[in-house]
Amino acid sequence: MDVAAPRPKENQGEPLPRVDARLKVTGQAHYPADLPTANLAHGALATSSIARGKVAKLRLDDARAVPGLLDIVTYGDMDKVDKPKFGNSSATSIGPLHDRTIFHDGQIIALAVAETFEAAEEAARLIRAEYEEDKPTASFDSPGTKTVAAAGKSPMFKEDVKAGDFDAAFAAAAVKIDQRYSTPTQHHNPIELFSTTAYWQGDQLVVHEPSQNVTGWKVELARQLKMDPANVRIVSPFIGGAFGSKGPMTPRTAIVAVAAKRLGRPVRCVTSRMQAFGTQTYRAETRHRIRIGARKDGRITAFAHEGWEVTSRPDLYVVGGTSATGRMYGYGSVLTHVSLVQADRNTPGYMRSPPETPYVYALENAMDEMAVALGMDPVEFRRINEPKTEPIGKKPFSSRSLIQCYDQAAAAFGWAKRDPKVGAMRDGDWLVGMGCATAIYPTAVAPCAARVRLTVDGDVRLQCGSHEIGTGIRTVAGQMASERLGVAIDKISVEMGDSSLPPAPVSGGSISTASVCSAVLKACDAIRTKLYAAATAEGGPLAGSHNEEFDLADGKIVAKSGASAKVEDVLKAMQVGAIEEYAEFAPKGATPEALKKLYAGTPEFHGGDQDEDSVKYAFGAEFVEVRINRYTREIRVPRIVGAFAAGRIMNTRTARSQLMGGMIWGIGQALHEATEVDRRYARYVNRDLQDYLVPVNADIKDLQVILVPEVDHAVNPAGVKGLGELGNVGTAAAVASAVYHATGKRIRDLPIRVEQLLV
Amino acid sequence: MRPFIYEQPSDISAAVALASNFTTRDDQPTRANAQFIAGGTNLADYMKLGVAEPNRLLDLNRLEEQKLRQIRVTGDGIRFGALVRMGEAADHREVKKRYPVIAGSLRLAASGQIRNVASLAGNVLQRTRCEYFRETSWACNKRVPGSGCAAMDGFNRQHAVLGGSNACIATYHGDFAQALIALDAVIHAQGSDGARQIPFAKLHRQPGDTPHIETDLAADEIITAIEVPALPWARRSLYLKIRDRESYAFALASAAVALDLDGETVRDARIALGGLATVPWRAGAAEEVLQGKKLDEASAGAAADAAFAEAQPHQHNAFKIELGKRTLVRALLETRDMKV
Repeated sequence: MDVAAPRPKENQGEPLPRVDARLKVTGQAHYPADLPTANLAHGALATSSIARGKVAKLRLDDARAVPGLLDIVTYGDMDKVDKPKFGNSSATSIGPLHDRTIFHDGQIIALAVAETFEAAEEAARLIRAEYEEDKPTASFDSPGTKTVAAAGKSPMFKEDVKAGDFDAAFAAAAVKIDQRYSTPTQHHNPIELFSTTAYWQGDQLVVHEPSQNVTGWKVELARQLKMDPANVRIVSPFIGGAFGSKGPMTPRTAIVAVAAKRLGRPVRCVTSRMQAFGTQTYRAETRHRIRIGARKDGRITAFAHEGWEVTSRPDLYVVGGTSATGRMYGYGSVLTHVSLVQADRNTPGYMRSPPETPYVYALENAMDEMAVALGMDPVEFRRINEPKTEPIGKKPFSSRSLIQCYDQAAAAFGWAKRDPKVGAMRDGDWLVGMGCATAIYPTAVAPCAARVRLTVDGDVRLQCGSHEIGTGIRTVAGQMASERLGVAIDKISVEMGDSSLPPAPVSGGSISTASVCSAVLKACDAIRTKLYAAATAEGGPLAGSHNEEFDLADGKIVAKSGASAKVEDVLKAMQVGAIEEYAEFAPKGATPEALKKLYAGTPEFHGGDQDEDSVKYAFGAEFVEVRINRYTREIRVPRIVGAFAAGRIMNTRTARSQLMGGMIWGIGQALHEATEVDRRYARYVNRDLQDYLVPVNADIKDLQVILVPEVDHAVNPAGVKGLGELGNVGTAAAVASAVYHATGKRIRDLPIRVEQLLV
Repeated sequence: MRPFIYEQPSDISAAVALASNFTTRDDQPTRANAQFIAGGTNLADYMKLGVAEPNRLLDLNRLEEQKLRQIRVTGDGIRFGALVRMGEAADHREVKKRYPVIAGSLRLAASGQIRNVASLAGNVLQRTRCEYFRETSWACNKRVPGSGCAAMDGFNRQHAVLGGSNACIATYHGDFAQALIALDAVIHAQGSDGARQIPFAKLHRQPGDTPHIETDLAADEIITAIEVPALPWARRSLYLKIRDRESYAFALASAAVALDLDGETVRDARIALGGLATVPWRAGAAEEVLQGKKLDEASAGAAADAAFAEAQPHQHNAFKIELGKRTLVRALLETRDMKV
């Protein structure tokens, strides 16, 4: 069988090709900046070249002289609209044109609008700012930072979790480590550039922009522009890579909308790759101190995780991964604390597995060190510390298949052939190292609405305001409808990415498959109920059949007894051309406000560590082989195996694809990715794909994804645990573990580069 | 992007005449009003970034002289027409056989797409990718003479440890040039003063106090060919490139090595280093150390020490000295062990 389409095991769906695969590979998928728009004007941003100070004067004469220039939107022009409000729908509270204060490098100072893209860019380049410059603070260790406790600063990070008496347990521990780890600033760099296209139809505003949150943006943009949200529409049919970067809206959107209004014609602004580093969000730089104490038999008795994270001056963005690391193993006692370090930087934001990637990296690297300190196999060390309940609230896991993941991945990888002695494995001039680490991601779910229509011709139209960010959500939503309605996938059309559709939550936190499929399931089941009722009603084709189980297959209602009726005939008997159901799904434990908040673009998340009955997580285990040249020390990754258990797998093809992408990104995080900051000026230095390195094809050799069967009915009606963000958690620690095994060098600061191995 | 005039001269003399018309004798080719373009993989990028600002582009791709597009192998050596694409030269059977170091340097450069477009002459003239040079809001003596160097005390991991000055430490990132300088290649150029030959080692200029002067070429001079003299023992040669990822990245350190061996004893050696210096870098001192010696890890190490005797580290690039030495040692030993 095709490796890209794994044969489904128990509780796993068919590897159907993506419903939009042909559109994508033939260039017919229209991304927001591709959507045809008549009479278009083009905008280009001018951005600051300092990180802190004030814009004393803007000289616009040269820019105004560019042939084709139509308008320049700058200070004063946004006074009649409100500033952004920092939160899930808005990346920052900075209104860059509301205030001449510069808070960070690359802050928007003007938008030039012209007849052509080239003229707009040229005009933007000729806008000259005169600054009153202050000495900026770049990051950790720079003079002028301000440190505050993170707990309570974000609705998603309420407290520093703890359990038992860490100090006493650590003091008494027979074997212990106390180490520090760090991860760098990273930028998402999706291949699709960031863009906004805005136009007005009377009082109605339409925005084409790649978005992971069309409903949230609609509401927030309406608030900024002082409009009724009903008059704002966000359209984002395809997204060319998001990874969290297109989750919160940035200030550019309102600026382009204002430009379109001033000009009375559509305006499109595509930001450059360089500008995206300052005008979008990024993964915050983090530092960690981890202390682990254990008995000689390997049982952990004490675990402490302290984290520090860079954020901006105006906004307290919290990464905060201690909820997951504090619940990962059966520690006897837990102590955690997260601090925010404010500097003159743009506000960081969500980036694929935002809390887990940096925090679990630190934990898993420390776990590997601890296994070494104990003289124990790292897999065995984890097995010994496998918990019955999570240590913080003593709740059970709704399901936890970590050990099965380790067993299957270890077998596929050939872990038993590993010589545990450091530096013992060689292949000619290449040192060979093997390492492993755990992946974890919270299983959350949010309210979601969906509309499903089944017609007398057997066609299905499914509408849901979720977002196709490359995950395959259109395909798996269609699969759910196909399965529940007994209709072939090619008879189902799935509409997404438009705020005029039934609202879905932000496509973040790996909640989409669970939330969307639960809503689609509910709508489909309502259609089924109507069909059964009509079929079995007096005069219906299955009249007389009562209290029997039915199923829908191949356009027919089939009773358990074998009696069947065509759906077409049932609809005809009902004298309708279609049945349409609008379903609102609310997760177990949802508050009475939950659906209202869905429509307001601020959906509640449930699951993860939030529920009373159990904690809900997906798990995985990753094994990596590295090769390091004995002279020049460059690191290569010839093999990586990951096994993951995530409840019901809707589609083994799209699931594998997401996990594979995550693992590749994890290798990038381990070895390549870092945004370099010039510490003198608090400015980003490597703002392009030439110097911001991500893995290329040649870096990825043998990669294997194993989907471990798992059944979990507690997580949500669809039984689905999200896995979009699972694959890149732990990978970097597995690489660090393998590098240690090959060389005896413990690298604690990412990315791991040749210079760290030369000394 | 600044508006510009685009012209397609039909032959070399027309191109030179056009360039002469719109430039003066004092113009640097990289700063002149009229500039030549071939593959455009570097110049077009820098025009979009506002780093290069010609107001007239003279496209050389329509020049009618066919020899510009030919690779000619004779008993005297090999002659590459200036417009031969990198990919074509990298895949050429005779190049691969006679000069593995040339084929290797081309194959390990850029990406397949870029190699299919970029010309050989344009490749050797590529400009630095120093981050502070690429982005016009930074101080850069190479881009704006006298404005200062932001890299010197900034983030300089990729910068040069050899051939730098107080004005500039920008690395020359090319790979092909290291093979050419090692093999004593000669550049054929034609300008308004006629045709001339330039030893490849004299083509690029170290930054000194004038980092904006990058080559020996005049603004109206076109490279027409690159000639590599015959060197039968260059069959034992290779290009080793160490970088952060396996493909499509500039060298952190690279070595072009050709060895003439008598058993294990070095009769002659050619060594150049890439990713480490401000210009293509011939490591003459390392070659001398090896002369007449048995090539082993010890003598290779001594040669590497000699190559970096005058290296100057900065805050983030000190590792390149150690990496450069190890790269050279590994390249020498791998070249020694080649089956030829």
